[in-house]
Amino acid sequence: MKAKTADFGHSASQPRRTPILLAPFQYLEKEWFLGYALITPACILIAGLVAYPFIIALGFAVSDKVIGHSGNFVGLTNFKNLLQWPVFLQTVWNSFTFTFYALLLKVGLGMILALLMEKIVWGKNLFRGAVLLPFIVPTALSTVAWWKMLDPQYNIFNWIGTSIGIIEQGPNWLGDPFWAKVSVILVNAWRGMPFFAISILAGLVAIPRDLYDAATVDGAGPINQFRYVTLPMLKPILSVVILFSIIFTFADFDVVWVLTRGGPTNSTHLFATLAYNTGLVSTKIGEGAAIALFLFPVLVITVVIQLHLIRKDSTE
Amino acid sequence: MTATQFQKFAKRALWLYIPVFMFLIFVLLPFYWMTITSLKQDRNIFDPEANPFWFNMTPTLSHFWDLINPDKTDFLIWMQNSFMVAGLATLISVSIGIMAGYSLARLRFKGAETIGSSVFITYLVPPSLLFLPLSQVIDQLGLMETKWAMIVSYPTILVPFSTWLLMGYFRTIPKEIEECAMVDGCSRIKALIRIVLPVAIPGIITAALFSFTLSWGEYLYSITFVTDSWEKTIPSAVVGELIRGDVYYWGELMAGALLGSVPIAMIYVFFLDYYVSGLTAGATKG
Repeated sequence: MKAKTADFGHSASQPRRTPILLAPFQYLEKEWFLGYALITPACILIAGLVAYPFIIALGFAVSDKVIGHSGNFVGLTNFKNLLQWPVFLQTVWNSFTFTFYALLLKVGLGMILALLMEKIVWGKNLFRGAVLLPFIVPTALSTVAWWKMLDPQYNIFNWIGTSIGIIEQGPNWLGDPFWAKVSVILVNAWRGMPFFAISILAGLVAIPRDLYDAATVDGAGPINQFRYVTLPMLKPILSVVILFSIIFTFADFDVVWVLTRGGPTNSTHLFATLAYNTGLVSTKIGEGAAIALFLFPVLVITVVIQLHLIRKDSTE
Repeated sequence: MTATQFQKFAKRALWLYIPVFMFLIFVLLPFYWMTITSLKQDRNIFDPEANPFWFNMTPTLSHFWDLINPDKTDFLIWMQNSFMVAGLATLISVSIGIMAGYSLARLRFKGAETIGSSVFITYLVPPSLLFLPLSQVIDQLGLMETKWAMIVSYPTILVPFSTWLLMGYFRTIPKEIEECAMVDGCSRIKALIRIVLPVAIPGIITAALFSFTLSWGEYLYSITFVTDSWEKTIPSAVVGELIRGDVYYWGELMAGALLGSVPIAMIYVFFLDYYVSGLTAGATKG
């Protein structure tokens, strides 16, 4: 860190604004100079490994590049082909339904968890510690456990069902398109739920007690208190968390790839897994980049709304 | 216990502790199952009639021995790689994050707001958007198939988060402390290192914990940039190397998943409060 700033001081020994030459260390006292010096490493990183790859992605997407060969410019052919490819259209539909149901589960379960965490007295720390675990442990590793638990032959839910005799033979979980979708949504929700729970809990704790007292005086029962006090007060935090989660649920890779690889017969692909499959497994990296770029509009919408919320927050 | 007391107790158990218990089962089920399976004999694992939640034969540690035996798997190498990749990526990212966060929170210069917004936008860019072109950049840098591919690329995920978190943290530190030190003849850099950083240590720990956790668990970049077993980190290696074709080494797979989760879980137990504060900072500010 030190070496970096000192280095920068040397390279700027021909200043444009200051007429008199300053010794390098004197520049570090200038607020603007230190500001630029400290932000430079972050800027280089973002320019080189985020902005530059993004430009390459645009180039890939309009080329017929295959791994190991330089591609030719093909215009919008990739996009045209994608929009006529049933697997891709299925992926678009999957992405929306996956995000919708997974988010619904995460908000619902996260809310219940947060309310429980707020009320619980005995075993509070243990509960809080356990709840966060799915979020901390590497997703690929916990999903491997789910993968075996949901395996058609050794499925634990089917085993429970047949053992207590409510079902004769359970569904073929990861082998059946419908149940495979249920599985990936379930595991994604399992993994993302703690984030919602903890964020909502932070919001719950911040609600002033007198609002509830006033509601009680007005004769509101627990359900009305939740509806007219808790929910409105949680709205700002909920909107930020949901927006944040939309982009990362949409762009999920780990859960689907480990659990189903997009199968059976491409029924559970999301943009990320289809891009990986097309770009690296089938080596059509141009087409793969075009698929991944479909995540970009989602990102733009999320960013615009988020920035709007932040601005509103700071002006109020 | 009187009747009303009992009623109150029963009501509490019904509405609070039964749901709590159900959530605990749901949350911990995969971890419990992972542990049980990793200790089962192969014949027990592959018996579809057997109770999946308990042993039908004597438990065995053989899957764990297989993992740490260098003749059978490269598990120890993967562990070493994971520590190196996550450690270095964290060190780099938190250092860059401290500098950028301080710069954006405290110093006035032209374009600071634009840079701040671009850091925030980068924070929201999911890794799956750019992994294909990024592999081209990694290739141009000559880092393909090495641990350095991950060490260099993970900061793109970690720096925006750390910067954002630390920026918020630096803003809560009163400016006066720094100004006092500078009046007393401290240079700006010295004031930053001697006065601001010590106060910001909880924020720095939080940023480091999250960076380490994220790099430890990162999967997409690592399977994209590295296919050589010797350079792999735990998640990509356990998922990739312990399944060969149609042969699943389920016992070893679960033992590997368990051992790969243990270091993170241990750090987590000691620093739970920092995790919670980091999560809520991410939620309320980002």
